[in-house]
Amino acid sequence: MPVITYREAISQALREELNRDESVFIMGEEVGAYGGSYAVTKGFLEEFGERRVKDTPISESVIVGAAIGAAMGGLRPVAELMTINFSLLAMDQIVNNAAKLRYMSGGQVSVPMVVRTVSGGGRRLGAQHSQSLEGWFAHVPGLKVANPSSPYDAKGLLKTAIRGDDPVMFIEHSLLYGIRGEVPEEDYTIPFGVADVKREGKHATVIAYSRMVQVALGAAEMLSEQGIEVEVVDLRTLRPMDAETAVNSVRKTNLAIVLEESPKTGGFGGEVVSQIQEMAFDYLDGPVAWVGGAEAPMPYAKNLELAAMPNENTVAEAVKGLVSRRY
Amino acid sequence: MYAHGKIGGFLHLYIGQEATGVGAIAALRPEDYVVSHYREHGHCLAKGSEPRRVMAELFGKATGLCRGKGGSMHLFDTSTGFLGGYAIVAGGMPIAVGLAVASSYRADGRVTLNFFGDGAANEGEFHEALNLAAVWKLPIVFLLENNLYAMGTAVARVTAEAELYRRAEGYGMPGLRVDGMDVLKVFEVTSEAVKRARKGEGPTLVEAMTYRYRGHSMADPAQYRTREEEAEWQRRDPISNFRRQLLASDKGFSDKDFEKVDQEIGEVIAEAVRFAEESPELPLSAIYEDIYGE
Repeated sequence: MPVITYREAISQALREELNRDESVFIMGEEVGAYGGSYAVTKGFLEEFGERRVKDTPISESVIVGAAIGAAMGGLRPVAELMTINFSLLAMDQIVNNAAKLRYMSGGQVSVPMVVRTVSGGGRRLGAQHSQSLEGWFAHVPGLKVANPSSPYDAKGLLKTAIRGDDPVMFIEHSLLYGIRGEVPEEDYTIPFGVADVKREGKHATVIAYSRMVQVALGAAEMLSEQGIEVEVVDLRTLRPMDAETAVNSVRKTNLAIVLEESPKTGGFGGEVVSQIQEMAFDYLDGPVAWVGGAEAPMPYAKNLELAAMPNENTVAEAVKGLVSRRY
Repeated sequence: MYAHGKIGGFLHLYIGQEATGVGAIAALRPEDYVVSHYREHGHCLAKGSEPRRVMAELFGKATGLCRGKGGSMHLFDTSTGFLGGYAIVAGGMPIAVGLAVASSYRADGRVTLNFFGDGAANEGEFHEALNLAAVWKLPIVFLLENNLYAMGTAVARVTAEAELYRRAEGYGMPGLRVDGMDVLKVFEVTSEAVKRARKGEGPTLVEAMTYRYRGHSMADPAQYRTREEEAEWQRRDPISNFRRQLLASDKGFSDKDFEKVDQEIGEVIAEAVRFAEESPELPLSAIYEDIYGE
C-alpha cells in the first residue's frame, strides 16, 4: 500500500471528489493561484480551472455563507478557512445558518457543505493562530465535526464529508500535514461516528483525537518499554461521537485518560469524561484522568508554547499515575 | 392572533412596505430565488406560498410551511424558491450570494433577489456580500428596504453616508433609489436590475424608500418617531394609492372590483386561520427530526 502524507491524502480526496462529482467545487482564500496556504490544493487551479477552484477575498463570512447558499442551490462546496482562528469571523454563518437551516425549514433545505480548516498550536504562531476550537463547533446540533489524526482517516473522512448531505467542520491539524501513513489507492470512505482503536493495550485507555492521537501513540510506545500497555482510542469525529468504542475499551482496561490539546475548561474532553463515568462507572479502577492544554492563551516563546500543550511525557506521567494507584 | 396568544415569539409586521415586496417579486420568474430577512411574511406570500400554510407556520402547527419549526422569522418554501427568512441582521446576504453562485456555476438562468433592511447595511456581511457578488458578476439583485429605522434607531443617527444606494459605487455596481411606496416604480426598477443580472452583467443595489406602519415588532410602541411622521407616510399608503391610480386609469376598474378583492382577501385570511387552528401540533418526537440528512 502506498505511504503518503496527511497533506497528500487530503489533496487526493479533494482531487478524486472533484473528478467524481461535477457539483463539487472549492472556494476560499489562496486555494487557487497560491496553491493553498498549506499547499493542499497545489496545482488544482491549473487542473480544474476557475469555475471549480475559486479564490475569494479575505471575507470569511461570505466564504462560508456563499458555500451554504451554493449548497442549498444543489452544489457541494468545499470552503476553506485558512485557520480555525479565522472561523470566528464566520461564526454567524456556521452556527446560525449552516447548522440550523434544515431544521428551521422543517427539512426542506439541506446544506451539503464542508468547511475545511486548520487548528492547533506548535508552530510558534502566537495566541491568535494556535487555537483548538473544535469543542465550540461540536457543541452545536446540526453540525458535524471531524478531526482526523492520520492520512488514512483524513482521506476517508473527507470523502464522507463531501458526499454527505450535512454541513461538516473538517478540522485538520497544522502539525500533521507532514506525517506519513498507508493509504490505499482504491476508493474508500470512513463513516462518521465510528472511533478507531489505534493501538491495543490492556492496562489503560487513552482517548484522543487529531494530533493528540499521535502524542498518545508516542506515549504508549514509551510506556510499553516499561511494561504498561496502553490502548489508544481515536474518536475521529466529535459530532457524532462514538462513545461506545471508548467505553468498551475502558470496560476492558478499567482506566481512562482523556486527552485534548485545548484548555480543559468548557472543552470537549469534559464530554468524553462525562460519558465514560456515566457508562463505565462500575468498571473503573480509578478516576477518569483528563489531560489538556494550559488555561492560557497560546504563548509565543518556544519553551512556554511547548509547556502549554500536552506531550508524550505528560501523557505518560498521567497514565503511570493512574496505573500506580490501582495496586 | 398574536394578541390572543395563537402566534408566539417575535412578530415583525410588513404593513406599509407592501409595494416594495410585491413590486420587486413581480419582476421575477417563478424559478428565481428570494432570500429575505425576518420581516418576510409579505415576501413569502408574494413569491407564491399558500397563505394557510404560512398561517399554520405562525401558529407553530405541523401543517406549517416548515412544520412549525421555523416560525415567523424563518419561513421557507422550496416549492416557490423562497429560501428563507433570516433573523440575524444581514445574515441572509452571504447565502443569497451563494444561491447566485450556484446559478452562475450551472448557468441555469436564475436570478436571486435578496431583501434586507437599512440596519443590515451597517453589518460587515453587507460589505462581504456585495463585494463578492460584484467581483464574481453574480446574477443577484440586492434590494435594500429602507424603512428609516433599524429597530428604533434612525438611519442618519448611525450611518455616515445615509444615502445608502450610493454605497454601490464602492462595489462598482449600479445603485438606484426608488419610491418604495409605489408598486409600479419598484417593479420597473427591479425589472431592469433583474434583466441585468440575468444577462450576466452582475449585481445591482436598489434602495426602496419605505415605511413600516407598526413598531419594529409587536413589542415596540415606536416612541422614537412622531405620530405626525407616521400620518404623513400613511397618506402615501401604497395600496390605497395604487387603487386610486387604477381607478383613474382607463382600464375600467370600479370600486366594486376592489370591494370584491377585499372580500376575497378576507375569505383567504379567515380560511387560513381556520386551517391553522384545526391543524395538529407536532408530536414531541419532531424535536429530533430534520437535524441531519443522514
